[in-house]
Formats: sequence, C-alpha cells, structure tokens
Amino acid sequence: MFLQQIINGLTVGGVYALIALGYTLVYGILELINFAHGEIYMIGAYLGIIFLGIFTAAGLTQYSLFLSLFLTFVMSVIVCSAYGFTVEKLAYKPLRNAPRLNPLISAIGVSIFLQNYVMLTQGATDKVFPHVIPVTTVEFLNVTMTSLQIFIIIASLLLMAGLHLFIMKTKTGKAMRAVAQDKTMASLLGINIDRIISVTFIVGSGLAAVAGLMVAMYYGLVNYSIGYIAGIKAFTAAVLGGIGSIPGAMVGGLVLGLIESLGASYLSSEYKDAYAFIVLILILLVKPTGLLGKSGENRP
Amino acid sequence: MILEVRDLTKIFGGLKAIEEISFKVKRGIILSIIGPNGAGKTTLFNCLTGVLPSTKGHVLFEDEDITQRRPYEITEKGIARTFQNIRVFNSMTVLENVMIGQHSRSREGLLTAVLGTKKFQREEDEIRSKALEYLEFTGIQDYAATLAENLPYGDQKRLEIARALATEPELLLLDEPAAGMNPQETMALMELIKKIREWGKTVIIIEHDMKVVMGISDWIIVLDHGVKIAEGTPNEIQNNPYVIEAYLGKEEVDLLS
Amino acid sequence: MKKVLFMFWCALLSMPFMGIKGGAYLFVGICVSYGVYVLLAHLFGKIKKPAIPVNTKLLSTAFIAFAFILPFLIKDYYTDVAILVCIYIILALGVNIVVGFSGLLHLGFAAFYGIGAYSNALLTTHFGLGFWSALPLTLLFTSMAGLLLAFPALRLKGDYLAIVTLGFGEIIRLVLNNWDSVTRGPNGISNIPSPFILGFEISNLMYYYYLVLGFVLIAAFIVKRVYHSRTGRAWLSIREDETAAEAMGINTRKYKFMALSFGAFWAGLAGALFASKMHFVSPESFSFMESVFVVCMIILGGLGSIPGVILGSLILVLLPEVLRDFQLYRMLALGVGLVLMMIFRPQGLIRKN
Ligand SMILES: Nc1ncnc2c1ncn2[C@@H]1O[C@H](COP(=O)(O)OP(=O)(O)OP(=O)(O)O)[C@@H](O)[C@H]1O
Ligand SMILES: [Mg+2]
Repeated sequence: MFLQQIINGLTVGGVYALIALGYTLVYGILELINFAHGEIYMIGAYLGIIFLGIFTAAGLTQYSLFLSLFLTFVMSVIVCSAYGFTVEKLAYKPLRNAPRLNPLISAIGVSIFLQNYVMLTQGATDKVFPHVIPVTTVEFLNVTMTSLQIFIIIASLLLMAGLHLFIMKTKTGKAMRAVAQDKTMASLLGINIDRIISVTFIVGSGLAAVAGLMVAMYYGLVNYSIGYIAGIKAFTAAVLGGIGSIPGAMVGGLVLGLIESLGASYLSSEYKDAYAFIVLILILLVKPTGLLGKSGENRP
Repeated sequence: MILEVRDLTKIFGGLKAIEEISFKVKRGIILSIIGPNGAGKTTLFNCLTGVLPSTKGHVLFEDEDITQRRPYEITEKGIARTFQNIRVFNSMTVLENVMIGQHSRSREGLLTAVLGTKKFQREEDEIRSKALEYLEFTGIQDYAATLAENLPYGDQKRLEIARALATEPELLLLDEPAAGMNPQETMALMELIKKIREWGKTVIIIEHDMKVVMGISDWIIVLDHGVKIAEGTPNEIQNNPYVIEAYLGKEEVDLLS
Repeated sequence: MKKVLFMFWCALLSMPFMGIKGGAYLFVGICVSYGVYVLLAHLFGKIKKPAIPVNTKLLSTAFIAFAFILPFLIKDYYTDVAILVCIYIILALGVNIVVGFSGLLHLGFAAFYGIGAYSNALLTTHFGLGFWSALPLTLLFTSMAGLLLAFPALRLKGDYLAIVTLGFGEIIRLVLNNWDSVTRGPNGISNIPSPFILGFEISNLMYYYYLVLGFVLIAAFIVKRVYHSRTGRAWLSIREDETAAEAMGINTRKYKFMALSFGAFWAGLAGALFASKMHFVSPESFSFMESVFVVCMIILGGLGSIPGVILGSLILVLLPEVLRDFQLYRMLALGVGLVLMMIFRPQGLIRKN
C-alpha cells in the first residue's frame, strides 16, 4: 500500500517537476510568474491527441506504433514550444520594463484566453486519448506498476538530466545562467537577452508539452481546464524546491507528488487538491527560499 | 548628543558593508558623511532608520535605544530621511506627498473620516496648511497640484526634503541631495539646508560634492570600505593624510582645492 | 511585411486546433482587423482629444438620478441584470481598496464574497435569523476572515502575495465544496429568505433593486470619504512605495491589515446581498475566475478610481448581457482585453488628474 502510493506519487511528481521547470526557468530570468504556463501544458496534451489522431488517420500508427508515438511527441513539442515563444513575444515582451504586476496580469489574461480558445475550438467535454498503447503491468513486492508509469518516471528523469546538461554544458545554457544572474552584466558581455528569453520559453514549453502528453496517456482523458490546477501545483513545486533553482524544481515536483498521493490515501482524498495550496502557503511563510533556494538579502 | 552610534555593523552575506562604526552627533549641527562609492554610506542610513536590520551594534537617539525598531517607529521618534534614488509617491500629487509626511503627527482614523466629524475636518485642514508651508519652504508650492512623477528631477529631490520635513523630525538624514543638480540648484539647496539648521534641527548629509561638504559642514565623518577612517572639522579632514590616501587619484584635487 | 508574416505564423499555430480552413479564416480575420485598426488609428490619430472639463459633481448627480428612475424604463429582466451590476460594484469597491488603493494584488477575493454569502445563507436558514440581524454577523465574519488571511499574506510581496491569496481562495472553495454536513457540498443551500423592511418582504425585483442601489450609494460614499482621509493616503503611499511609506511614519503592516479587513467587509456585504437575491448559494459562484473577473473590473476602470470601479463593473456585467451572441466569447475577449490593457493602457479607462 505504502510503496504503491510512493510509485503513484513519483509518477505524478515527475510530471509536476517537468512543468515546474518551466516556471523556474522563466522566473529565474524574468522574475515573472508565468501564469499561462499551465495552459501551455494543457495545449501540449491536446496537441498530443490531435497529432496522434492525424497519424492514425494517415495509417502510420497501424504501420508502426513506435514511430507514430515518437512523431507525436516531436510534433507536440515543436508546436507547443512555438506557442510558448509566441506568447512571450506578444504578451510579455512589450511589458518588460513595466511595473512588476503588469506582466503578471497580462499572463493571467493569456491563461484565460488560451483556456477558452481550446474550449471553443475543441469543445468543453473531455477528450479521450486514443487507446493505441498496449498496457502491461509489472508486479513487484506487492506493488503494481504499469508500463506507462515506468515510462513516465524514466522519461521525466531523463529529461531533467538532459536539461541539467544543457544548462551546465552548452553555450546557450551558460548564457541563460549568466542572464539569470545579472541581465545588465550579461548584455554587456554581448549576450543577446531577447534570444535567451525566447530559448527559455521554448525549452520550458517543450518540457510542458511532454508532461501534457504523458498525462494524457496516463489518465486517458484531457479537458481544457486541466491547465489551471496543474499549473498551480507545478508552481507550488517550483516554490517548494526554491523558485529559480533547477534542481529545486525537480525535487519540489517529486516531493509534492508524494505528499499528494500519500495525503490522499492516508488523510482525506476529498482535499487532495488543497494539499498543494497548503504546502505552498506554509513554505512561503516558513522558508520562502524553498528547500534548495539560496537565501539573499532583499534590497530595500 | 542627539544621536549616538556604537559599533554598528551590517553584513550582507559575506560582505561587511559597514563595520563597527561608532560616532556621536551634537544637536543642531550639519554633519557630512563622505567616502568613495560603495563605502557603506547609504547602508549606514538604512541601518539608522530601520530600513535594514543591523547585524550588530546599537543606535541611540535622544538617549533611547532604537536599534531594532521598525522604520515607522523611528520616524515617529523624530528621524526623517530622503533616499539616494528618488522615491516620491509617483502617481499622487505633490501636495498629497507632503500631506503623507504629516501622518505620524496626526491621529484621526477611519470612523471619524466616514462621519466627517468637525475634529476630522479641522485636522485635515491643519495637515493641508502645514503641507503647503513645507512646499513653500522648499520652493515648490507652484507644483502643489502636479503629479509627483511629472516634476523635474531637481524638484523631486526638493519634494523628498519637504516630505521628510513634514514628519517634523529632530534629525534629518539627506542621502546625496545635490546629486544631479546644476550649480545654481546646488547653491539654493545649501541655503535651504542651512535654514533647516537655523530651525534648530540636526542634519546628516551624504554628499560627494566637496564644495558643498566643505561649505556647510560643522563636522565630517569619512568612511571607506565600511570603516570610519576619520572624523573632524572640515579643516582637519582636508589635511588628514588617511583621507587623502583614500581619495588618492580620484578626488584629491577637489579635496585640496 | 514582418507583421503580416507574424500574423501568418499565428494562424499556422492555430491550425492543429482550428483546422486548415479555420486557420485560414483566422489569418484573413486578423489581417483585416489589423488593417482597419491601422486605418482608424491613421484617421483619428491626428485629431487631438479635446480635454473636456467634466463637472464630476453634476455627472455623478445625473448618474444617480438615472439609476433611480432606471427600473421604470426597462424590463424586469434588465432590472435583474441591474441588481447584479450593483452587487458587483459593491464587491469591486472592496477589491479596489485592497488592489487599487493599497496595491496588494489579491486573487482570492471570491473567498470573502463566498464567506459573506454562506454566512447569510447559514444564519438565515439554519439559525432562523432575518437578513438584517444576520447582516452584522456576516460582516463581522468576513472582516475577521480578511484579518486572518492578512497574517500570512502580509509577509509576502507582489506576485507571491497574489499566488498565496489565490491559494487561500481555492482552499475556501474546496472547504465549501467538501464540508457536506454544513455547506451541503456542491448542491449548495437553497431557500434563503428575502430581506424584510418594516414587516414588508423585499421580494419584488424593483424593490430589491432599490435596496442594493441604496447599499451601493452608501458604499461609494464611505469609500470615497475614506479615500480622502489620512487612512486613504496611507494606503496609496503603500501602493506607491512601501519603503518610503514606512519612512514617512506609516505602520505599513497595520494599514495592510486594515485594507484587507475593510475590503473583505464590502465583499461580505456583496455576498449577503447576492445570497438573499438568488435565494440559493453554491461553491461554483465563488471560483478563482470570479476573483479574476472582479480584479478585471477595477483594472478596466482604472486602479484606485471609484468612478472607474463603477464603470468597469458596468461594462463587464452589461456587455455580455447586451450582446447575447457574444456570451460564448466573453472570456476569450476578457483574456485578450487584459493583455491589451496592460500593453496599451495599464492605468485603465479613467485616471485621476
Ligand atoms: N541590500 C543590499 N544587499 C546586498 N548588498 C548591498 C545592499 N545594499 C548595499 N550593498 C552593498 O554594500 C556596499 C555598500 O553600499 P552603499 O550603498 O552603502 O554604498 P554608498 O557608500 O552609499 O555608495 P554610493 O556612493 O555609490 O551611494 C556595496 O558594496 C553594496 O553593493
Ligand atoms: Mg549611497
């Protein structure tokens, strides 16, 4: 029972972590809570269903399930990243020097827009993810794991590792860290800030797309409203780990997933969605810098 | 003594912004604090006014320990300040800005405001007329109805002084009031500061312009790298070898002229 | 050319969702509306807006007079809408104290609105109180809730505050939704009685309209008085610059507490009026979207401006009612509106000075 909840928690936690990375990356660079990020994840989930539908209609799925799924992932990530990129250009870039709350309000506007845009074009009812993936289960120490769960946990861990390498090793990644440290300094060093910000949104949205697709496969259903709650939870995960910190987002996501699944089974499942908020409020009050965040003096 | 500072220290992370600074301030003088950029002058002000909590040490104002007090309490006790990078209330009028300065010298609350009692009206009129006085004193009365953000730079600095005076302080802290002003404006500002001293108030001023400093100070404290390296009369400071060394190659000429 | 390319890019992005035809229509649509916009901007750009000297006293008197004869001019259905507008104005005035005056972006105000509505509902149905005897208790509860939330929220700044208040709002909604024994969960509470005045039941729409209109006038009067007082100035200074406000001798923590509980007070009143108007409450009326909707009203009207709040509530409640076919696109437009507003006119439609 307990181990089972751990596995379930890790599965959901991996997804939260992937979305949380998007929040943390953007916050680290722009100090903006990208409220629309949850919607980007939702769009990723829809794109997965749409592209898989197209590939199935074209006969590709029947020909090779693996190829079809792979292409679905690739296309969803590309289009979703394009969405993230475009949102930044349209709704945040013009506000870069505005008072801090203005871009946040703009982000809320984007979030409302995207939610209703998907509702109007795709309908308000749940969309079903096509049943194309054969589900096998693995029994181990009284714990049942589905192949999907294993896939999700492994894929999230791989992506996080990949992101870590990208940030630490590549030139673009290093530039991102420099911009997060000090924008003025970075631009003096000849780093193109606009480009780095775009890359940040693209990477964050790509990760969210993968998260969306995996959730769509895991639950088999998506709805235009899933972005809001997932967004809040992932944001909580980011804050929990220490917003702006990439390992923090990963740890935060996994911890939140565990708290939720253990809380739901041992405390009360009705308030499952409230745990994230309670954790969020507590962490902000007790240790606003999060588990792995650096503490720093606020300038007056 | 109106102010006494004992071993005041402020550490940011690992950086000692000010270190074991001690000094006393006589009532009714103009004291200048000078030192190169990053010496810790503004940090000293922030610690005196409670904007930043100090790491160690004590601040005594009129023989009362005010070290860990909140900024608004310190203002109530009689210390007011201006900021190095202007912090006027942008989207309020100049008059309203100064009226806010009167906050701690007035009492009326929510209920009497809603009822519009006589006492409320009287206090409101008083706040307004006093605010106008301070505007006149600083010479920006013509702008009373203008939004603060629309004021020219120099006048925003005056507004900050008017606003600080409106809190009716005994001790006034001015952080680089002459920065960015042209020579005429600077002259007028010096006159203004002298007038404030004539009122019996004590003024501490951070300033880079040595002509201003030497012209108006009764006493000077020199900071460098967070440490007090000298204090004395303008004459003593001008001839102090440590000070000259601290400023060497930069403002040496200024200092000696 | 770059702009057209960008529009093409957007249309391309919409294709997975709208189909190829939909995307093409969208492309033509945005191109045409952009063309119209450029044309209009060109035509009107040259005309300098004349600074019309508005006599605010006269204008507001006329407005109030109009509000008084309104029910005689319109159908019952629209009286119903007018009541809703009034309730939203009261709610928005409360939010305006917190968000507009004090600059604390609060995204959970629907919680106070909900607490007000549920207090009224429970006190009148469970405990058999009348509207008027329940009202002081309701207002007390909501003001206390405002104070209570202030404790955690005031240690945070800016966008963190926004998120925490959002979380608070959601927790309250989840409690309303799940505490079945008291709130009857998602089914809500029905049979909430109408108010009585001198033994006379205010059940008729027109009478209820005059009741809420009375409350609107009282609320607007009180908020205006406070705005022009020492307290109001203290709130504004916190919005403008918290550090400078402290340095002016303002106990910013105390004034934030005051703003939150005073704002919650009006939300509670709005909630009570809403409950006794609808005779029914359920958690879904107090969702996050509701909080955002009210914040939108005051942003649209102009943060901190009382006429702005009224205008904003009028527009956002009336527009979808007047343009019925528009209903479906209401939220879509709201989202776009917020973004455009932030980019082109962050100070709102009405701005002082
Ligand atoms: N809030 C803060 N957090 C971290 N470091 C700070 C903070 N405020 C000041 N410092 C650092 O403390 C040192 C002293 O700064 P301070 O602003 O007091 O210098 P200053 O003497 O006023 O310089 P200037 O003449 O440029 O105004 C600097 O190295 C500065 O970077
Ligand atoms: Mg300084």
